[in-house]
Amino acid sequence: MNWISNYVRPKINSLFSRREVPENLWTKCPECGTMLFHRELSDNLNVCTHCDHHMAISPRDRFTALFDGGVFLEVKVPEPLADPLHFRDQKKYPDRMKAAQKATGEKEAMLVAEGEVFRTPIIAVAQDFAFMGGSMGMYVGNAIVAAAERAVKLKRPLVLFAAAGGARMQEGILSLMQMPRSTVAIQLLKEAGLPYVVVLTHPTTGGVTASYAMLGDVQIAEPNALICFAGPRVIEQTIREKLPEGFQRAEYLLDHGMLDRVTHRKAMKDELVTILRMLMRQTPAIRGELPVPADAPAR
Amino acid sequence: MNYLEFEKPLAEIEGKAEELRALARANSEMDVEKEAAALDKKADVLLKDLYKDLTPWRKCQVARHPDRPHCKDYIDALFTEYTPLAGDRNFADDHAIMGGLARFNDQAVVVIGQEKGNDTKSRIERNFGMARPEGYRKAIRLMDMAHRFGLPVVTLVDTPGAYPGKGAEERGQAEAIARSTEKCLQIGVPLISVVIGEGGSGGAVAFATANRIAMLEHSVYSVISPEGCASILWKDAEKMREAAEALRLTAQDLQKLGVIDRIIKEPLGGAQRGRKETIEAVGKALETMLKELSGKKPEVLIRDRRQKFLDMGSRGLAA
Ligand SMILES: [Zn+2]
Repeated sequence: MNWISNYVRPKINSLFSRREVPENLWTKCPECGTMLFHRELSDNLNVCTHCDHHMAISPRDRFTALFDGGVFLEVKVPEPLADPLHFRDQKKYPDRMKAAQKATGEKEAMLVAEGEVFRTPIIAVAQDFAFMGGSMGMYVGNAIVAAAERAVKLKRPLVLFAAAGGARMQEGILSLMQMPRSTVAIQLLKEAGLPYVVVLTHPTTGGVTASYAMLGDVQIAEPNALICFAGPRVIEQTIREKLPEGFQRAEYLLDHGMLDRVTHRKAMKDELVTILRMLMRQTPAIRGELPVPADAPAR
Repeated sequence: MNYLEFEKPLAEIEGKAEELRALARANSEMDVEKEAAALDKKADVLLKDLYKDLTPWRKCQVARHPDRPHCKDYIDALFTEYTPLAGDRNFADDHAIMGGLARFNDQAVVVIGQEKGNDTKSRIERNFGMARPEGYRKAIRLMDMAHRFGLPVVTLVDTPGAYPGKGAEERGQAEAIARSTEKCLQIGVPLISVVIGEGGSGGAVAFATANRIAMLEHSVYSVISPEGCASILWKDAEKMREAAEALRLTAQDLQKLGVIDRIIKEPLGGAQRGRKETIEAVGKALETMLKELSGKKPEVLIRDRRQKFLDMGSRGLAA
């Protein structure tokens, strides 16, 4: 891996994304209706400055905020077979893929990165809900396998930010098989004695929740994130059960013993490092605004 | 005999033959045998024709046929000394999941499976074969026991899927499914699965992450039900035929994709028309698969099982 070229790229990317967004763009908070200045919102990690509602954040923006100096290396994910079933609903699967790629500027629904957080070397994986609902297909499976292998190789902990509607139906049974497949990857990591921390973000549902997203050594969720296997609409439609206030939200799961913590996005970096450094039996982290590493991250 | 919608023409012919014979029984002077035999022949031809090339949606219907042998039928016929072991030691015993110790050809094994029930009362008691978290946790407990005592595990998969209920969600069914799948990948004993009817999504994976996976000829195994897929992607649940087609959920497609290892042939007209033969065929397949894995070291069984799933997805379907 070439450090210099990869080091430069994220900087350039961030310049471009700044330019694409006009300075006068406003976003309306879906929760409280407040109009938020785009810059103000992105500086606040897409959390409403008025009501603290956590909006979606792209994996790239999340990593930029997470890693020291906003710098990370992308871990290469092996390409799976494209459209193995020749799936077609009202649209062809490859057309849906192209549309998602165009809308997000990303290749697929998961990004894998390595870098340092308060000088703590980690591997991080983030799922992109904007890309076909973050759905888990073979690429996502490959990404988790690649991330776990990289973590084992570099003896680093793995942090996974989950966000998905579930399995990618367009890959049929092969998407379902990513449940056991990703589980194997997590087992390899655990058997190497490395921590696996899952951060559940809004929403995490279906086969994703029922596999790698629930197997963390530590399970953290962002506030008010919907986390479930069968979603509230499915339950109401099929069983016609009345659901209580806050059902399947992060705080509800915390109350029901399904999570370790619910943590504000802005406190997440600090908390992750605290937990990971203890699990890795490392000294306390050096915190604060750390500059871009002067050389390649420690291997 | 319960007929499926697409078997309606067959029902008519068989009904007519039956009617004639009933008439003849009531009136000894009537000779209907010739006519009835002709109808039988016609029914035979039609049955062969109907089942020659079942569409994926028809296979879904056959897989869900209420007269198909269910988990309990297989356990009763193929296993001896079945000793159910109940409960998850935490909340409840899940009646959708049968499980316990048993002997298969005298060999002690752990058998686990979803049971759908066969009349209104038992269907409700079995929750139509849909496990709640307790079911997965019972299975985990039983797999742990099998691992400790070196007993092979046989799972019989037949479920519409996980249960979309309030309690099941509150008690963490996602976590329970994840842990059951994880357990499948950890046990150092042969793990063999047969999809005998419906392999519904995560509810199936939690039991079928096995060294060997077989499917009955007309069973299905899918990431989502065709109805569910149709309502999401077509925004119309009535498009289940198209969805069933697109999902590639038949045993034949799954074998081509390298997801399953073997297809167990069903009698003409499906398992519901030849329950005994079907159960025997499953027994034979179990015997073969157990033999293939016997004598393998625990670490080899675990490694091979993991590798099998890591390798999955390298094969697509021909255009
Ligand atoms: Zn707000």
